[in-house]
Amino acid sequence: MFKEMHDLFQWAWLIPALPFLSFLLIAFVTKRSKGLSSTISIISILTSLGLAIAIAYSVIQAGAEIVENPSITSVNWLNILGLKIDFGTIIDPLSAMMLFVVALVASMVQIYSLGYMKGDKGWSRYYAYQSLFASSMLGMVLATNLLQLFIFWELVGLCSYLLIGFWFFKVSAREAAKKAFMTTRVGDFGLLLGMIFLYTKFGTLDFAALSTALSTNFQNIAVVGTVSYVTVLSFLIFMGPLGKSGQFPLHVWLPDAMEGPTPVSALIHAATMVVAGVYLVARMYFLFDASPAALQFIAGIGAFTAIFAASIAIVQNDIKRILAYSTLSQLGYMMLALGVGSFSGSMFHLMTHAFFKALMFLGAGSVILAVHHKQDIWDMGGLWKKMPITGWTFLIGVMAISGMPPFAGFFSKDEILANALQYGHPIVYAVGLFTAFLTAFYMCRLFFVVFMGPEKPENHTHESPWSMTIPLIILAFFSVVGGWVALPEHNFAFFVHYGEFEHEAINWVLAGISVLTGLLGIGLAYAIYVKKIILAENMVLRFSGVHKILKNAYYIDELYLWLIEHVMGGVSRALYWFDIYIVDGIINGIALITRGSGKTLRLTGTGQVQTYAMVFFFAIVVIFMIFAFGENQLTALNPLATLGGVR
Amino acid sequence: MGTIFFFIFAILAIAAAWGVVTSKNIMHSALYLALSFAGVAALYILMNADYLAAVQLLVYTGGIAIMVIFAVMLTLRGDVRESNPENKAWGWGAVVSILMFVMIAAVIYTNADWRILPTAWDNAGTAADISLLLLTKFMIPFEAAAVLLTVALVGAVILAKGVKVSK
Amino acid sequence: MSLSNLSNLSVGLSTYLLVAAMLFCLGLYGVFAKRNMIAILMSIELMLNAVNINFVAFNRFLWNEKVDVHYVLTGHVSALFVIIVAASEVAVGLALVIAVYRNRHTTNVDELNWLKW
Repeated sequence: MFKEMHDLFQWAWLIPALPFLSFLLIAFVTKRSKGLSSTISIISILTSLGLAIAIAYSVIQAGAEIVENPSITSVNWLNILGLKIDFGTIIDPLSAMMLFVVALVASMVQIYSLGYMKGDKGWSRYYAYQSLFASSMLGMVLATNLLQLFIFWELVGLCSYLLIGFWFFKVSAREAAKKAFMTTRVGDFGLLLGMIFLYTKFGTLDFAALSTALSTNFQNIAVVGTVSYVTVLSFLIFMGPLGKSGQFPLHVWLPDAMEGPTPVSALIHAATMVVAGVYLVARMYFLFDASPAALQFIAGIGAFTAIFAASIAIVQNDIKRILAYSTLSQLGYMMLALGVGSFSGSMFHLMTHAFFKALMFLGAGSVILAVHHKQDIWDMGGLWKKMPITGWTFLIGVMAISGMPPFAGFFSKDEILANALQYGHPIVYAVGLFTAFLTAFYMCRLFFVVFMGPEKPENHTHESPWSMTIPLIILAFFSVVGGWVALPEHNFAFFVHYGEFEHEAINWVLAGISVLTGLLGIGLAYAIYVKKIILAENMVLRFSGVHKILKNAYYIDELYLWLIEHVMGGVSRALYWFDIYIVDGIINGIALITRGSGKTLRLTGTGQVQTYAMVFFFAIVVIFMIFAFGENQLTALNPLATLGGVR
Repeated sequence: MGTIFFFIFAILAIAAAWGVVTSKNIMHSALYLALSFAGVAALYILMNADYLAAVQLLVYTGGIAIMVIFAVMLTLRGDVRESNPENKAWGWGAVVSILMFVMIAAVIYTNADWRILPTAWDNAGTAADISLLLLTKFMIPFEAAAVLLTVALVGAVILAKGVKVSK
Repeated sequence: MSLSNLSNLSVGLSTYLLVAAMLFCLGLYGVFAKRNMIAILMSIELMLNAVNINFVAFNRFLWNEKVDVHYVLTGHVSALFVIIVAASEVAVGLALVIAVYRNRHTTNVDELNWLKW
């Protein structure tokens, strides 16, 4: 049976190839025909989904075997001057899980877009980009080596840029797209440096090879002072996820990325692209595990991002922005989980978060469409009655993210928090717990304000079409059952883990504490926004300073602008001066030398006989002096010597 | 006594040569040239080259210098006082000339064999001495020189006469 | 009294050579720095004179052989030939200058600049 599965695994490359083919077809062939474009795109992603499900099923059937021996198929791509890079696919539980998640969310989003993007002029272009993105993301999770992963990483970034700036006629969309690209670029720079460093140290970028090399060849050679190079490598490589997964301080692009269409936000900036960073850390975990300093740093950054983003979310009014900061916060959770050593917890949360966050974004899109493209939550209200499907599915999402059992978020978040405490990181645990409270609070705030309360009659709302509600229902289903994979004997952690596997039972005490915190948050939101026991406006007035800081996201964007203006501007001006006076000066100097020598040599062709005569005699004098006084005096030719006397 | 004469005529020759090359007036240059030739003839006498001194005076001062004066008069244009200007690169010319002089002086001074005084000669270089060589050893160059002079004469006449422009 | 009694027996060879060198370099300067064609020819004559002085000086100081009663005066013969050639050269040269003057109405040597590449 393993052999049949192996045959199936050999076809894994089709999973990214089919959407890529769809992209090419739409871009070059079916651009004019809207219907055909979306059909091709959806068929290809559904086929990939089918294959992904088959592979995931096979992986589960294979059991423990596949965990030890992942199925790797690869083809040599580059072999120049000792640089040997393969292109291939790796099927192990981690990639199978990612394949399933990405393919599912991508297909749901594409079906949803049939309804959401109806009437948009860029329909074909949209589906072309969606296919390209799906292909890139699927390619990334199948990558066997760091270079292949990086190629798809950059492709995914490109698709993000294209899709954020999809409505390019809007200045804000263009600016947001540029900001996203440039901020992630800063991170990618570090990643690239890390890759080069890695290659020069180990001679390979293949994950399996690096893993064995690191475990057998662990050396603590100092690079800078007493810092081992493994730590330096970890930090450099972590720069990539810092940018891509929106960790502080490179988080600034994600809220602005909401300029893109809502399905795009659901797919790219909630479920898939932003988790690419987390996935990279997971794939390279053998490197990070070797450097405790790096792991501490990751945990710290993750925890900080979680609470930082959550604190901003509680005062935001744009529905998509709330969800964006929520995504940032949950990404912080995933990073902190990796930092404390909870590998399976992080991946589990990645999976469940993909489900419920995509669900909530699509739900938000449904709501936005219903109130005719308004996005401020205070312009909405009482939508529960008119939009039951959206309402119920959104509620499931909110419960999931708040960590309420039996929904998916409960199991994954609880595992992270439990592991944080059990592996000896109490501060991280405390931060995570408080953030869980904030999460429950702001998500329920959103839910109560949008769906409960008095209806605004000017919004002639109605439920969204089936193309939009069916994906909601499917994602809601997964948000409910997705967490249950933690329960059986061969649970999620059995397949997706790092190092030795120990079956850990759920610590019901800690779980209870988490649920209690979530309930507190829900309760507080209920009190403020439904029962109006404490009035929100009074709170704003009392803490107006804090409120202002939070509303403006701690003024980080302004700080960056100031830095760019003054620091980078100053450096740029200095370099400009250098360029003008020194670099150009050298070039101009060369030109001047050429001109000068030309002017001098011109004298050989003037036709003035006297000039010629002068040059002859000058040459005679020079030759005489060379022979008479030069170092290697050829005595035979030395005029002074031949004439019989040198002093 | 001889030393005084030497210095007088040497300085005369050199000063006249200086006048030739620095004068702005070409007429003056030509006359200075004649003077320089005369000075050189005196130097020849001091070196016991009597016949040569005579030839120098006859041919150079009496022939060549006069010829030069004729040519000057035939090609005079504009103010004679400005007729012999320096050209633009006279500075470079001075530099090269001085360098040449330094070079030759260096050769002369580093040669110990040349710091000698002459041995006394009992008679000077007469025509008889020269004709001894000229009609035996240097016969052929002598004849060739005659041919050269003829050719030069004919050529100069043709050149100066010009060509008739045929229609 | 023969003129030869006036011959100087206390000035060395190098002094005569130096005088010749000075004349030569003055002539050289004239060749480089003068605009008038005739001035250049005059300067060439100066240079030839300097050469002649060299010949005669070497002959006087270094060749003291005698054939019968006559001195060997090869140097003087060389100087004689130089004079002959100089004379013919000046003749032809001045004829050329006059021919050019007839054509171009100038004696400025800068105007004769067709020898370019």
